[in-house]
Amino acid sequence: MQDESTRREFLTLAGGAAVLAVTLRPAEATPAMLASAIRNVAGSAAVKIGKVKLDIPPLVENGNTVPMTVSVAHPMAPEDHVKSIHVFNEKNPQPNIGNFYFGPQAGRAQVSTRIRLADSQKIVAIAKLSDGTFWSASVEVVVTLAACTEEVI
Amino acid sequence: MAAALINVPAKAKSGEIIEIKTLMSHIMETGYRHTVSGEVVPRDIITSFICRFNGAEIFRADLFPAISANPFITFFTTATESGKFEFEWIGDKGFSETASASMTVE
Repeated sequence: MQDESTRREFLTLAGGAAVLAVTLRPAEATPAMLASAIRNVAGSAAVKIGKVKLDIPPLVENGNTVPMTVSVAHPMAPEDHVKSIHVFNEKNPQPNIGNFYFGPQAGRAQVSTRIRLADSQKIVAIAKLSDGTFWSASVEVVVTLAACTEEVI
Repeated sequence: MAAALINVPAKAKSGEIIEIKTLMSHIMETGYRHTVSGEVVPRDIITSFICRFNGAEIFRADLFPAISANPFITFFTTATESGKFEFEWIGDKGFSETASASMTVE
């Protein structure tokens, strides 16, 4: 019995600490914000998994500059092409990372840039096609040194 | 002060898909960092990047604080005719910079 109550106390304390840790970091996008940011782009359309390739290192040492390449396996013909690529994250202060729009003569639906990641999290890339369908890919990234949180002197 | 680095092939064959690399030096201050005294450092980022070829838009990007300092963006286009690429960066605090590059299509 003694053991049981100690364990319960420990669990209550641990739970309380977890809640505290969450409340201490208010400026953090949540999975709900991620979902609503995706809804802002896709509306009520279904977002299917596939076609999109999200190239990002699975283990990141420095979250301030993370190289990222998004490409879509789809032809870029004037009548049928990729209109835009939208990249989102789960735990940065804002769910958006970038929106990239292509003209029909873009040739290849691919974009590379460097991004900031405040925590280990999921990155989602969504492509909008000219026929109105949406395709996505997501990658889990582990970050050892986080961006955005260091103090300015 | 502002330094743009542009990498566009000087010559290309007609129909070739070419890669364009761009870099603009900018702090990309997120607006989420604090000073030691606790004041928030105001946001100062590039919010928009546009690339036009002979006046027609070929690529555009909306940038957010999650884009690293000195935004580096690479993308592609199909070479169809000789002409001039024009690049434009627009951001907070009235930031506006342009750059251009020429390409000859054989």
